[in-house]
Amino acid sequence: MKPFKTFSAVGVPLDMLNVDTDQVIPARFLSRPLDERYGSYLFHDLRFDADGAERPDFVLNREGFRGAEVLVADRNFGCGSSRENAVTALVEAGFRTVIAPSFGDIFYSNSLKNGFLPVRLPDETCRRLREMLHEGPGGEITVDLDSQTVTAPDQSTYSFEIDPFQKNKVMQGLDDIDFTMQFLGEIEAFEQGYDKRMTWVTTRPG
Amino acid sequence: MPATMFDKIWDAHTILEREGNTLLHVAFHLCHDGSAGGFAKLKERGIEVRRPDRMAGTPDHYVPTTSRRIEDLATEDMKRIFRAFGENFSANGITHFPVEDARQGIIHVVGPEQGFTQPGLVIVCGDSHTSTHGAVGAIAFGIGSSEVAHVMATQALWQKRPKTMRVNINGERPFGVTGKDAILAVIAHIGAVGGTGYAVEYAGSLIRAFSMEERLTVCNMSIEAGARCGMIAPDEKTFDYLKGRPFAPAGAEWDKAVAHWRSLPSDPGAAFDREEALDGAALAPMVTWGTSPENAVAVTGQVPDPVDEADDERRAALEGAIDYMGLSAGQAITDIEVDRVFIGSCTNSRIEDLRAAAKVVEGRKVRVGHAFVSPGSGLIKKQAEEEGLDRIFTEAGFEWRESACSMCVGMNGDIARPGERTASTSNRNFRGRQGPGVRTHLVSPAMAAAAAVSGRFADVREFG
Repeated sequence: MKPFKTFSAVGVPLDMLNVDTDQVIPARFLSRPLDERYGSYLFHDLRFDADGAERPDFVLNREGFRGAEVLVADRNFGCGSSRENAVTALVEAGFRTVIAPSFGDIFYSNSLKNGFLPVRLPDETCRRLREMLHEGPGGEITVDLDSQTVTAPDQSTYSFEIDPFQKNKVMQGLDDIDFTMQFLGEIEAFEQGYDKRMTWVTTRPG
Repeated sequence: MPATMFDKIWDAHTILEREGNTLLHVAFHLCHDGSAGGFAKLKERGIEVRRPDRMAGTPDHYVPTTSRRIEDLATEDMKRIFRAFGENFSANGITHFPVEDARQGIIHVVGPEQGFTQPGLVIVCGDSHTSTHGAVGAIAFGIGSSEVAHVMATQALWQKRPKTMRVNINGERPFGVTGKDAILAVIAHIGAVGGTGYAVEYAGSLIRAFSMEERLTVCNMSIEAGARCGMIAPDEKTFDYLKGRPFAPAGAEWDKAVAHWRSLPSDPGAAFDREEALDGAALAPMVTWGTSPENAVAVTGQVPDPVDEADDERRAALEGAIDYMGLSAGQAITDIEVDRVFIGSCTNSRIEDLRAAAKVVEGRKVRVGHAFVSPGSGLIKKQAEEEGLDRIFTEAGFEWRESACSMCVGMNGDIARPGERTASTSNRNFRGRQGPGVRTHLVSPAMAAAAAVSGRFADVREFG
């Protein structure tokens, strides 16, 4: 996994509540191969109309936001379906981080497995950041994981919280399976006890 | 100290803890055709599946409802994923029901039906509606494809312990109210983000009065309130439901299992981080009007007026949803005309759902453009046919199809046309969920049937 330490890029405001993962990537793209084209499916039906033409009112189609790589969203971003392809589409489109007041649980955890950082900041702060980007398209945002800070286009900074265990894994780009394998002895010992206790939990009875 | 059911199950699956994170043993891993990514990740790294004896699967997402042949899948990509499904399972010796097996169906229907889903377990699946299985008294939650691979490799997951919430629904069941109406009311009450970070236990006399199948429906939609999982304490109904199922314990093992299961319910006086209550006696058949499951109102209600919303962002969201849905502020729900009706999905495709819908449909005619039923599994389809339900549906003008996720998510090509309005027994009314530009209203099976024979939303209580 690609480590995440610090990232600076143009920000884009997404003023929508409850952006579900069906909006991030519609289900019909889920069977496509996970290649470099994947970024073009991001927010597909918000970005393009039925004929494939750009919707001029969608923020990523507007001047100053086209190359943006930091997303500033609203409450409950990434709710709904567990599709990890939502994170893949964001990453393939160049995004490394999304800032929002709250996230869908599964999206949050999928993000961390892909070196993509979901940052929780208070409602008011997210609103302020989105306003700043609307007022000055092209404004850059920096997310620094080590110091747990977000720097806004006006250079104001905001601290965010992240679980230290997760932070360490993301900063080092640790692979989850490799990390867990160091506890294989504990896993085996636990399973022996569990299998003895819960003898009926198996698809192979008798 | 008195413990919650959640605490008991969590603690019984804790392998170790590091910096406030738990390495949690996974008792059972359910899979579907979308789990192919997990197998691919393992293969790439040359890792074996750790516990094939604690996995089971059936394809559902890409499966056609008009055919049982792989050749009839919509695209080459789907055929590729589909073939990989069968190969992965066979190569690893994992119990699975391919599409030509009568036991194939939607994984969240098949799990309980086969008895894979049991009380006291930690159950995961690469699908957000895994919360369904909590209805028997289990911790069940959806995971992404990286976590699917991790579980395949280690039979464990790193998890942060969520907070606990109890939702109490007391009161006698009002006429015409089902588990679907109750959960839509819960989501409307706590909001689409209200459950985020929580494990929810549903309790109270109305929950106890619900059948096992209704409890599955209730827990199924926990994720639509943002909850990590939903659960209901096991009781005699749970045991009766599971007894004799192919993969449920039998003989002396059954007695041993039941003795354990009886110890699971939350102890009297157990503390929850949050308590919520709904008056069960005040519930009514529900319909969603907007693009989030929290946009649910009683069938006697109206589309809200954004003017009444003080918060700017919420008002904008209301306006956007009303616009997308092609409705007007204050419009009566029963004035909304419907183009298509879908009865199916992991939320509402079980035998009781089909019976409830058939009861409304019987002797009437479909008055919408298209209506179809996709039973939750091949076995449910067979049972419904034995009961003559298929004829009731087809005589009324419904199509009677095969089992798959179908128009809940549209991945198999079962979608509606842009601008069309559906009454759907599924779980998500998100924009474009049932096809680009499609307007989805979530309802119970009986309410979907009432809409199908009325051409518009109708109060099922008036159908006797």
